[in-house]
Amino acid sequence: MKRVIVNEKWCLGCHLCEYYCAFANSNKDSMVKALKDVVINPRIRVEEKDGISFAVNCRHCSEALCVKSCIAGALSKIDGVVRINKDKCVGCHTCVLVCPYGAIMPSEKGVMQKCELCLQNACGEPLCVKGCPNKAIELREVTP
Amino acid sequence: MKYVIIGNSAAAIGCIEGIRSIDKEGSITVISRENWHTYSRPLISYLLLGKTDTERMKYRPDSFYEDNNCTVMLGTAAVKILPEQKQVITDDGKSIAYDKLLVATGSNPFVPPIEGMDTAPSVHTFMSLNDALALKKDLTPESRVLVLGGGLIGLKCVEGILHMVKKITVIDMADRVLPSILDADGSKIVQNHLEKKGVEFLLGNSIVKVAGQKAYLKNGEVLDFDNLVIAVGVRPNTALVAEAGGKVNRGICTNLKCETSIPDVYAAGDCTESYDITCDQVRVLALLPNAYMQGETAGINMAGGNKLYDHAIPMNAIGFFGLHIISAGVYDGECYKKVTENSYKKLFYKDNVLKGFILIGDVARAGIYTALIREKKPLDSIDFELIKEKPQLMAFSSRERADRLNNGIKL
Repeated sequence: MKRVIVNEKWCLGCHLCEYYCAFANSNKDSMVKALKDVVINPRIRVEEKDGISFAVNCRHCSEALCVKSCIAGALSKIDGVVRINKDKCVGCHTCVLVCPYGAIMPSEKGVMQKCELCLQNACGEPLCVKGCPNKAIELREVTP
Repeated sequence: MKYVIIGNSAAAIGCIEGIRSIDKEGSITVISRENWHTYSRPLISYLLLGKTDTERMKYRPDSFYEDNNCTVMLGTAAVKILPEQKQVITDDGKSIAYDKLLVATGSNPFVPPIEGMDTAPSVHTFMSLNDALALKKDLTPESRVLVLGGGLIGLKCVEGILHMVKKITVIDMADRVLPSILDADGSKIVQNHLEKKGVEFLLGNSIVKVAGQKAYLKNGEVLDFDNLVIAVGVRPNTALVAEAGGKVNRGICTNLKCETSIPDVYAAGDCTESYDITCDQVRVLALLPNAYMQGETAGINMAGGNKLYDHAIPMNAIGFFGLHIISAGVYDGECYKKVTENSYKKLFYKDNVLKGFILIGDVARAGIYTALIREKKPLDSIDFELIKEKPQLMAFSSRERADRLNNGIKL
């Protein structure tokens, strides 16, 4: 199964992954239309301090506490990927309470959003990986 | 193998998924008192608020029972467990044989004896989907509602119905709201927030007598009302196990494998007591995530697997009209406090571990704190000063971060 792997040694702290994420999930056909004058709310977030930086997004945990804890049955694991059904989510934040990575957050509509490896948008493969200029974020096949 | 499950909520579903992760063949029979497809109980307030509906609040898809090859007996109550014969007797006189049984009977609202309550025209509890639908039916834009109980259930009910009634008054014996999850300062913030929305509070008070649409309070006040919601607390449904000779305290006693004291009888969810690692005590932790995980643990063990439910902690995410509250653990030890105009944070730590926290307003990434509690992470192994400021993975060593972020893959 494919996983996004983060290597902080190669991360430049450029935040491009955040912009690619916002674009990928915007349903717009160009980056300019998607991002111009927009405060982005990406599903991948860069942490940085004292020259160290790294991106954090959903790890699609084998023991996915968010899926087990979701009170609405809105989170589920499909083919190894933690997916969210936004129609079912009521924005209770129980997933925020349990996610050890802090990788799930509210969308503009109040219901939650998370990285679904771009399977739920038009990209079909993680745009953050494609757009990372220094290969600090990679998509790799891992054994569960 | 014949599995029987009494109950049809989070613990029962966790059990089914736990069993099926190991045993695809054995028969599973679900006995459910209610007539509904499995639904999420905590969503009943969101239903009244209009944020969900009876379709979307289903806890699992319509095909769930079929996909998992379960026989479901809806609208059927289990009335007796016969541990010697390994049978469950139902209210329609059937006996269902089991090899492994899960008791996931949940809890029932506690209704205190109040003189004259039967003379009130509209009295409701707020626990099940039927409760919510019945309450909604009684409400009008002119309704003056008394909610007895300022805890989680009472206040979520308030949020759900405020938009459809004229007035809500919350009455509680305690001198503050949400005492089970907040400290006094936190309670005040939530109370102020709800008061701004128009909710009235009568705290340190109680209803001593009801006569028709009048409620006589402890402090001598008399209130006119149309509807009364009783939300003072819940009682674990332990009777089936107790009558079968199983060990019961406040809840059904279970070990870390979720076994009761009766052979081949397991229990999970709000009807049980479990071991809270934050205070080293056995207690009732009636929370949906815990119910699911207990049920799953029980299911795995019932199917011959080996799993322990050994990370139970009290934890809660709740919100009222956009104000979010996340809390976990116990509020014991030294306290780090940070209060701004829009947020309130307290972290409690002792013996080199985080014991508990309260976040109101800014709750982003709270799960990083919850994990510190659950894993009993030694605070001297992380940058505690940094993580106090906000939850972040930067506070971990780069090696540990690499392990966590990369599923243990060496780069």
